[in-house]
This record gives sequence, structure tokens and C-alpha cells, in this order.
Amino acid sequence: MNFSISLTVNGVRRDVELADPRVTLLDLLRERLHLTGTKKGCDRGQCGACTVLVDGRRINSCLALAISLDGAEILTIEGVARGDQLHPVQAAFIEHDGFQCGFCTPGQIVSAIGLIHEGQAGDDPERVREGMSGNLCRCGAYSGITDAVLDVQKSLIEANQRRSA
Amino acid sequence: MKTFEYVRPATISDAIAAAAEPGAAYLAAGTNLLDLMKGGITGPSRLVDVTRLPGLDRIEHLPDGGVRIGALVRNADLAHDPDFARSYPAIAEALLSGASAQLRNAATVGGNLLQRTRCGYFYDVASACNKREPGAGCDARDGENRLHAVLGWSEACIATHPSDFCVPLVALDAVVEIEGRTGRREVAVEALHRLPGDTPERESVLEPGDLIVALRLPGEARTFSAHARYLKVRERTSYAFAVVSAAAGLRIEQDTISDARLALGGVAAKPWRARSAEETLAGSSPTPAAFRRAAEVALADAKPSGDNRFKIELAQRILVRALTLAAAGTPQRIPALPASPFASISGALHNA
Repeated sequence: MNFSISLTVNGVRRDVELADPRVTLLDLLRERLHLTGTKKGCDRGQCGACTVLVDGRRINSCLALAISLDGAEILTIEGVARGDQLHPVQAAFIEHDGFQCGFCTPGQIVSAIGLIHEGQAGDDPERVREGMSGNLCRCGAYSGITDAVLDVQKSLIEANQRRSA
Repeated sequence: MKTFEYVRPATISDAIAAAAEPGAAYLAAGTNLLDLMKGGITGPSRLVDVTRLPGLDRIEHLPDGGVRIGALVRNADLAHDPDFARSYPAIAEALLSGASAQLRNAATVGGNLLQRTRCGYFYDVASACNKREPGAGCDARDGENRLHAVLGWSEACIATHPSDFCVPLVALDAVVEIEGRTGRREVAVEALHRLPGDTPERESVLEPGDLIVALRLPGEARTFSAHARYLKVRERTSYAFAVVSAAAGLRIEQDTISDARLALGGVAAKPWRARSAEETLAGSSPTPAAFRRAAEVALADAKPSGDNRFKIELAQRILVRALTLAAAGTPQRIPALPASPFASISGALHNA
């Protein structure tokens, strides 16, 4: 039995025919839509390399059945920059050496965007580390990742203060 | 992964009819189920997707001061609901100490209640496991079992229930509302999960087709909000299941404990309410000696199921620590490292 689903991926509506209900969101993004920025690490929800935003919330795309997400809005690493203008989190990762080999980086960046949007961590490094604990980095770039997230948080807090001043 | 038929019913009664068939399973977020299906640990022939069922994603306040939480409410949404977190701080802390932010954004209340054990032999399909394959034997009995059960276990199974959320729920007399083929019924969370006995494959009292539609907390559960903590020992700082955990809630009036609620996690096949320990605390002062006595009573029946004798002492110490922190007062805000016994908080006894 074929299933037809529709997703909005990085702002573009995509209609996909699924011949098999077993396809995860991760496999759909990588194999059907050829958006290979989202990485398959453990494929079991333990490493966070597959993190994407679904309806604005970060989740592990390896543990989500695509068919169950019919109608959802998906943001992947390919959709975070505006043309050549990097997303502030991308720029901060470069600025603070938030990666080495880069394999976990798309998941880290999308997770950090989700974390900032959740608004729970503020400028507390301990809360940032805790909030990012679902993203593993085998190169151990954690301190740069934490600095990058804190830097973006700081800019946001300052911008908000300027707005309310 | 074994293939399956996918159905997405529009009503609860259609869902129950579809899921009552042999081999069917409910799908919510799938954060536990998909993992088990990928590993071949479970292979349902039909998935009944309940994520579009109407009315199950709400947090409702009840006239008695209690709260009713729809089974599809996401863990993160519940933990960050300001009124819920204020009224039931130990539950919010337990939720935030579980899994990762990504998983908490997806995982549902109903799914968390029914998550499966993390016993490594249950997960390894090449190992003997009575829970996965009744009658196969239990490789955990003579295997790596330092994290296994110390209460309520049997020769057939020494696995533990992994949920953090369920531990304060049993302490606070939470109830689940279940829709099934014979209508609606209610079961205390404390009575939802079964101890293994000779049938470890039967993990809960749910019958085929039964759907948890909501979780309810009585108004009385709020009365512990000023002195409530959840503490969890993990083998790494974050994103790990409990070695042992404890939920403690106290009502303290004029330096006397008028009522206490205690439960343990990571020690048995179900979240473990420690009623006799609660009774020893009622009427006593919140002192280290009283807490130690309560902890000893709570673990009085514990026995190691393998290389895990240390968990008995560890569970007592974490209970004492949870009681000490609860007596000191619920923090204004959930700590940066939720439920961590290693976070520095005033009132902590580091040698407890």
C-alpha cells in the first residue's frame, strides 16, 4: 500500500509517496529529498546527529516515522542560512571552533537553534551544557560549542535589552 | 525492522478496535518503540498511530485542585508548564532529568508510562531473555547485572523500570485513565506495572486494546510542593538512565513532618513506593537520624540480584539526600542539572 504525505521542508512544500511505512524522517530527508546535511550517527536516538526542527521543536529524526508527521514543517541545517548569510549560530560555531571533524555539527547547530528558541538556558553555561547533552561530539569540541551558544544567547539578550530600552 | 500495517484512526473507539488485534501496538512519538523495532526486540504487525486523536494533548485543572494531563502531552511541555512545575516540582524535575531535550520534545506522557526496560540482555536479541521470549531463560542472572533490580525481582527476571517520571507519580498517588474494549477505568500508577514473578513478559495490567488517555494527580499532591525533590544517580552527568533515584515530598508543620511521600526508581520492575518508610517519618522531626531510619525501612526487603549489593546502600543514601533537600525547601527554579546529587545546593549533606 502506498502512502502520500506532504511536508514543508525548509519552507518548500514537498509531496512524497511512501511505498513503505517504515521510513524514518531521517531516511526520508537523506534518501528521498537528498538533504544529506542531517547526519545518521547512531540511528537510535543516542547521539543527536540527526537533530532537526519539527514544527519548531528539535527532535531526533531517526526515531520519528515520516508517515506519522504528515503535514509537519521541518527545518534542517540546509534551511538555516539566508542565502550566503550564515545563521548567527553557524557563524558563532566558526568563531568559537565549535567543531573539528564536522560530522555532529549540523545536529549541534540545529539543536542549539532549538535550545535558544526554548528559552530555558539563558546565559548559564551549566544550563547550556545540560540542554545540549543530547548531542554527542566525538572530537570533544564541547567547550567551543558551549561558548558559541553562549555568544549567541548574549547577543540575543543584548538585542532584547536594546529593544526594550 | 519487520514491516507493519500502518493505521491512523480518527477516534478513540476506532483506535481501540484496531489495537485489540493480536500483534498490534500503539504508536505515539515512537521514541522507545522505534528503537525497539529497529533492534528487532519487538516487531508489531500493525501500528496504530494515536498522535492525531483529538483532545489528548491538554493539561486541565480540576475542581478538587488536581490536574488531568492528556496522554499525548509532550514531556517537555508538561515540565515547562509554569503552573504544573510550581504545583508538582518533583515531577517537573524528574521529567527534565530524563533523556535529552530532543527526546523530551517528542516523548509523550502515555509513552513514558509504558516504556520498556533498558536491561542490556532484553535489548540484545542474541541473549536469553524471559521478557522478550517467555521461557528462554535470563542471561542477566549470571551476566553484567550491577544495574539490575534489588527489590521485587524473581529468578525469571531482574530488569528494572527505567522511567524517572513514574517515580514521583507513584509517590503522589497519580492515577491513569484507561479506555478499553469494556469502557473506561482507572488504575493507580502504583498498580499499573507488574512485578515479574513467573511472567516477566506481562509488564502492566493493560489488556489488548487498552489505551491510556490521561494521567490525573489529586489535589492533595500539591500540598507537598514546598518540600519536594527528585534525585537521580547517573553514571554520567546528563542523558543517562538512573542507577537509583528517589522522589521525596514532605509536609512540614512547626518543624514536624505531618506527611511524607517517598518512592524509588531504578530498583525494581516498577516504580517503588516506600509506604512503610513514609509511616516512620510521619510525626517525627526532619532530622538526619529520622531520614536514615526511613531509608533503612525503605530498603529493608532489598536483596542483590547480582553484582549490585551497592545499590541497596546507594538507594538509602539517595533517599536521605532527597529527604534532606526536600526538607530544606523546593528550589525557586529547577536546578541547572535537574535531579543531580552533585549540584551544589544549600542544605545538602555531602556526607549523607
